[in-house]
Amino acid sequence: MAPQGATTTLEDKESCPPPPSPPSSHLPKPISEPPLRLDSFPPPAPSRSQSSLENTLPFPLPPRIRHGSCAESERFATSQRELTDADSRVVLVGDPDGTDPRLELSGNAIRTAKYSPLTFLPRNLFEQFHRLAYVYFLVIAVLNQLPPLAVFGRGASVLPLAFVLLVTAVKDAYEDWRRHLADRIENNRAASVLDLGTGRFRPKRWKDVRVGEVLKVLADGTIPCDMVLLATGDPTGVAYVQTINLDGESNLKTRYAKQETMSPAPDSHPFVAANFIRCERPNRNIYGFLGNMEVDGKRVSLGPSNIILRGCEIKNTAWAIGVVVYAGCDTKVMLNSSGAPSKRSRLETHMNRETLLLSALLIVLCSVVSVCNGFWLGNHRDDLELSQFFRKKDYSDGDEKNYNYYGIGMQVFFTFLMSVIVFQIMIPISLYISMELVRLGQAYFMSGDTNLYDESSNSRFQCRALNINEDLGQIKYVFSDKTGTLTENKMEFQCASIGGEDYSGGNAPPQGNDKVHPLLDVDDQCWKPKMLVKTDPELVDLLTTASYGFVLIERTSGHIVIDVLGHRQRFDVLGLHEFDSDRKRMSVIIGCPDKTVKLFVKGADSSMLGGIQKGIDLDIICATETNLRAYSSLGLRTLVIGIRDLTRNEFEEWQSAYENASTALVGRGRFLRAVASHVERDLRILGASGIEDKLQNGVPEAIESMRQAGIKVWVLTGDKQETAISIGFSCKLLTSEMTQIVINSKSRESCKKSLQDAVAMSSKLAAPGNVLTGAGSARSPLALIIDGTSLVYVLETALEEELFKVATVCDVVLCCRVAPLQKAGIVALIKNRTDDMTLAIGDGANDVSMIQMADVGIGLSGQEGRQAVMASDFAMGQFRFLVPLLLVHGHWNYQRMAYMILYNFYRNAVFVFVLFWYVLYTAYTLTTAITEWSSVLYSVVYTALPTIIVGVLDKDLSRKTLIKYPQLYMAGQRDERYNLKLFILTVMDTVWQSAAIFFIPYVAYRHSTIDGSSLGDLWTLAVVILVSIHLAMDVYRWNWLTHASIWGCIVATFICVIIIDSISMVPGYWAIFHMMGTGLFWLCLLGIIVAGMVPRFTTKALTEYVMPGDIQIARELEKFRNVNAATTSEISMSTFSQQP
Amino acid sequence: MNNVNGSVVGSSSGSGDGSAPRRNSKRPKYSRFTQQELPACKPILTPKWVISVFTLIGVVFVPIGIASLMASNDVVEIVDRYDNVCVPSNMTSDKVAYIQNDDVDKTCSRTLKVPKHMSQPIYVYYQLDNFYQNHRRYVKSRNDAQLRKSSQANETSGCDPEKRTKDGAPIVPCGLIAWSLFNDTYIFATGNKNLTVNKKEISWKSDRDHKFGKDVFPKNFQSGPLIGGKKLNDTQPLNEQEDLIVWMRTAALPTFRKLYGRIEQDLNAGDVISVTLKNNYNTYSFSGKKKLVLSTSSWLGGKNDFLGIAYLAVGGLCFFLAVAFTIVYLVKPRKLGDPSYLSWNRNPAGH
Repeated sequence: MAPQGATTTLEDKESCPPPPSPPSSHLPKPISEPPLRLDSFPPPAPSRSQSSLENTLPFPLPPRIRHGSCAESERFATSQRELTDADSRVVLVGDPDGTDPRLELSGNAIRTAKYSPLTFLPRNLFEQFHRLAYVYFLVIAVLNQLPPLAVFGRGASVLPLAFVLLVTAVKDAYEDWRRHLADRIENNRAASVLDLGTGRFRPKRWKDVRVGEVLKVLADGTIPCDMVLLATGDPTGVAYVQTINLDGESNLKTRYAKQETMSPAPDSHPFVAANFIRCERPNRNIYGFLGNMEVDGKRVSLGPSNIILRGCEIKNTAWAIGVVVYAGCDTKVMLNSSGAPSKRSRLETHMNRETLLLSALLIVLCSVVSVCNGFWLGNHRDDLELSQFFRKKDYSDGDEKNYNYYGIGMQVFFTFLMSVIVFQIMIPISLYISMELVRLGQAYFMSGDTNLYDESSNSRFQCRALNINEDLGQIKYVFSDKTGTLTENKMEFQCASIGGEDYSGGNAPPQGNDKVHPLLDVDDQCWKPKMLVKTDPELVDLLTTASYGFVLIERTSGHIVIDVLGHRQRFDVLGLHEFDSDRKRMSVIIGCPDKTVKLFVKGADSSMLGGIQKGIDLDIICATETNLRAYSSLGLRTLVIGIRDLTRNEFEEWQSAYENASTALVGRGRFLRAVASHVERDLRILGASGIEDKLQNGVPEAIESMRQAGIKVWVLTGDKQETAISIGFSCKLLTSEMTQIVINSKSRESCKKSLQDAVAMSSKLAAPGNVLTGAGSARSPLALIIDGTSLVYVLETALEEELFKVATVCDVVLCCRVAPLQKAGIVALIKNRTDDMTLAIGDGANDVSMIQMADVGIGLSGQEGRQAVMASDFAMGQFRFLVPLLLVHGHWNYQRMAYMILYNFYRNAVFVFVLFWYVLYTAYTLTTAITEWSSVLYSVVYTALPTIIVGVLDKDLSRKTLIKYPQLYMAGQRDERYNLKLFILTVMDTVWQSAAIFFIPYVAYRHSTIDGSSLGDLWTLAVVILVSIHLAMDVYRWNWLTHASIWGCIVATFICVIIIDSISMVPGYWAIFHMMGTGLFWLCLLGIIVAGMVPRFTTKALTEYVMPGDIQIARELEKFRNVNAATTSEISMSTFSQQP
Repeated sequence: MNNVNGSVVGSSSGSGDGSAPRRNSKRPKYSRFTQQELPACKPILTPKWVISVFTLIGVVFVPIGIASLMASNDVVEIVDRYDNVCVPSNMTSDKVAYIQNDDVDKTCSRTLKVPKHMSQPIYVYYQLDNFYQNHRRYVKSRNDAQLRKSSQANETSGCDPEKRTKDGAPIVPCGLIAWSLFNDTYIFATGNKNLTVNKKEISWKSDRDHKFGKDVFPKNFQSGPLIGGKKLNDTQPLNEQEDLIVWMRTAALPTFRKLYGRIEQDLNAGDVISVTLKNNYNTYSFSGKKKLVLSTSSWLGGKNDFLGIAYLAVGGLCFFLAVAFTIVYLVKPRKLGDPSYLSWNRNPAGH
């Protein structure tokens, strides 16, 4: 069936049953309003049955109020467009066989596993070779297979690459196997499917469910595929779904079955089999759905509110019946499932730069060898035939021909390629695998850290991204959300001002007062009733604290039952105006047991005080305002509550206006606002409440620690400026001696001006201080406070630069009233302009963009669902965990990884240089005295384990010290442990050490009978021992694992060398035993170790003594604190890491 | 924001959270390992340590150096280069032609003077300079399987270009190394008494027993158009051909010595040894040198002062460093672990 010009719309009409009628006269006519859609009006929807509640009410209830529907319909309106044949699919309801034969519809089986046994090898290899380094090693292995270039034996040349590939493949295979298991469990879950023959629902496995089938899902059941709702257990066709698995939002969303398909009983056919649904192709948009359904020849349009998605759960609804439209991998949740975010750590980026340098060095070495080879060949051009060791010609075939000689040019070329093969480990292949293992170990320790375990949410630290552990040690900027991140996001009622009287602290309102003062307080998030009251036994609303004598017994969307000092009373909720940011208030209309109707309004003080009826209760207003100021200076969120008695006429007037507005197809939101503003006037002030969003434990201490650690903490919040500032004070972000620069401008020009003023001011304030550091002791610290409106004019305009200048000078930046995308914009402002590392931490869906933008994103698993966690690189339970995470684990990770990378470069380069020196004495022909097996085993067996163990376990400083002196963290910010200078020093040391290794035996054995294998064994052992001693000298903490791995590897090398030399097929048979029997061997070994290490040891001892870094001092402190300074007071530390 | 329906969740989850005690806490298990608190020693380079280490190295190295030097001094070594002097004066213009000409008598006499008493055994070496026994083409050109077992005679892979004869028969031992076997010979005499040179057990026992088979006999050896060196006795098994075994242990460096034999009697200072040698081996084509070496040995091997000097130098350097560090520590004393040296304490504003 083609659309035939009849367009469908997605207006949420079924939630607002009566057809649109002209708005009542008292409503402002929306003349200037641009209609959302002019071209299409939906067909009138049939009126739905009235709520059964209506006969209990004093007067007829207004139609059911669909809270939130307006917002939703606005959100969905963007997805409106027409469905054409090409981008739609047709689903025959109840007839999976007849459903759209054009499409090869897969079943509902899902597959998150990447590989099957058959495809594992090719696919896994393909993916692994995305790493450039692996391609490099593959190319080398392939080159080595060419006969003229065969440097190593076949086996030896492929082994290292094969080993690395194998380890990774085993890891991948294990992970995939677990995914397979999870898939199998998921696919075999039971669904109940309508059997058309019998008309009953029968169990069927999820994977066998097909598009077009009709399913029933019971309360708390998980929805197996994306379905269009046909009927639900609620007579009005509502189903509540929890979408936490989908978008992380924990609140319930309402979905509706179309009135046309609703039927009374759960087990009868809720539809006609001939019905069909035309809907859009599968797509990722979880907030969009577009389709229409034909019921009895009538076309009904379907929107996002008619569809329930796989992975969601049905809540508070006895059952729901729907028809499958998307199954298996077409479902929106599957289309949205993407792997953990992949970021590359800064250290790794730097490492790649150094890898390039090493490649250049490699090319230099290879060029030297090949050019020298060319000269040598040129000089001996005429000798080549008769030199016994060259023997240019092969006579065995009768006629003379050159054996393996292709002219000098080709020889030079081949020599170059061969030297690349021989020197290949200059690029440390094992480094990549070591880094992965080390990160795995670090992640294990981070998630196993009891200090990062959050008792309240029972959550451990989670490493979701495995490749940026070390970035945690270099963070310079922390961008934090406020609500739920700094605070607990648990609103606690703290103070109330009722009728101008302040009730705060332990000052409970007196009970039994005869005055009537209900306070209605509705929490932003979820209508969580807070508290109210002074004593009207007759009219009370919501109360969470039983101690005041009011207990909320029951609450539905239609009524509230409250136990008021022993009497149960029922209040009907007759209407509700949602909060919106224009009005900054919300209101509810309550039908009281005494048949009066009252309007309660709560809202921000600025908006409420304007709507208060002037002239009466002036004292109360003044007193309330005083109280409000007091509350907000305490950092409380304040709300003012007003009341208005509605007469029956007023109510009816409101009711009809509301009905009209809420059913309007265009501009519904605006109409509703108008209705609300109309009724929210002439209020009497009841009082005000102060709600505390309590700071999480340890936040001020954490912020202070981070400030000392040189980390700039920026708070980005959606709150208003006053609240943000007061929270800033309460978490010690702002202090009273700070100079505040406030930018809140309403236009581009004023914004520009205030920014320029700020620049001038900040530079003026910065000037008297220390010129070198740009920050002086003389000036007071600066705080920048900027709001979202101003940011609109700043971000992505020329003013960004100015903001950047100001913000970087300021010690603290507070952004209030920012939108989610602005948060990301602010992060980008820093990230794009500096090299400094940024970290974003947040708990809500509105922080996702910022979490993904920052170099490191941390999600708090808090009250606002898991979306932030899903987008994050690391997830944890509390803000204060940032301190141990960054200062301790970050520091360690950075220190360990930095050292490991440098060490790996050094370790392999030493070996390559030893090979290189030898090549210079073999007529540049790339002979290696060291056996090829030792070359291969060198970086994977001889020296691999200690660096991994040290990379996982070594600690330069203890947790206590790192937390006590947060400034030690700055070592990471300054790139102290890994920089070009260190790299160059290391390379110089490498050259010296390799020279010691090579030339001491060279001179000692110069005119002796020494054979190549024996000398090769000596070099092998010398390299391994020297490299291990080098590591041993740099280890900070020796525990038994370190000992075992370092000494164990030396022993293992001896054993390997002995084993290799015990194979009689190898030219070097028995060489090591001959060597070990001579004194010269041992003297050479000892001489090499000492001569190789002396420069490094001397430099180390000298720098540590003469120019000690902070870390060195702290290490000494740690070691000698007991001896020299028994400053007992300092021993009790890490107070907040121990906090529960 | 403002989703009323959330209230249901709020209240229900609230009660769920608060009441039921948590059955499966995810609190990580505490152990010293998981908390990274394994007992460990934290070495720090204190002045005491640094000075001790340097002194210790000095104390160890200087005596070793002296001992090595003394050992090297005790070694008496006679080196005689004969490759050029053995070429008849009329043929010095084309030495290669001389060496390739089989008709010219290659016998050459040299006299050596014993400078100091040499106690037996006196090792007789030949030394080749500039001979790249470690050249890639050369060092690979062998087949160890063939040398071990007679049944593996056909195993000639890797032996290019001395693999097979023209008619395809395998050469045993194949390869350039065997083909180029050194073939100068020396006969020694003092006065008119011959000095016997013991050529037994000049190779490694491990090679004779396991590497070179006792049932492997040379076949088709040196039968090609170009003769590389010595011809082998076809009736003697390889494990008895010790010159070959010594030669096949390819030298590590382009200047090397190979053991020729042992003179098992003492020589006195001033003795004159006359050497009658056959100058057969061609080193002229690559401007190599041939030297005859008679040497005694010490616990350290042959004559080599380098190790002794190196040990003395390193030991001396370490003593010097020990003194230098002592001076540094005295001139610029620093209390270890003094918090006032922390950068933020030294310069409170500087961060």
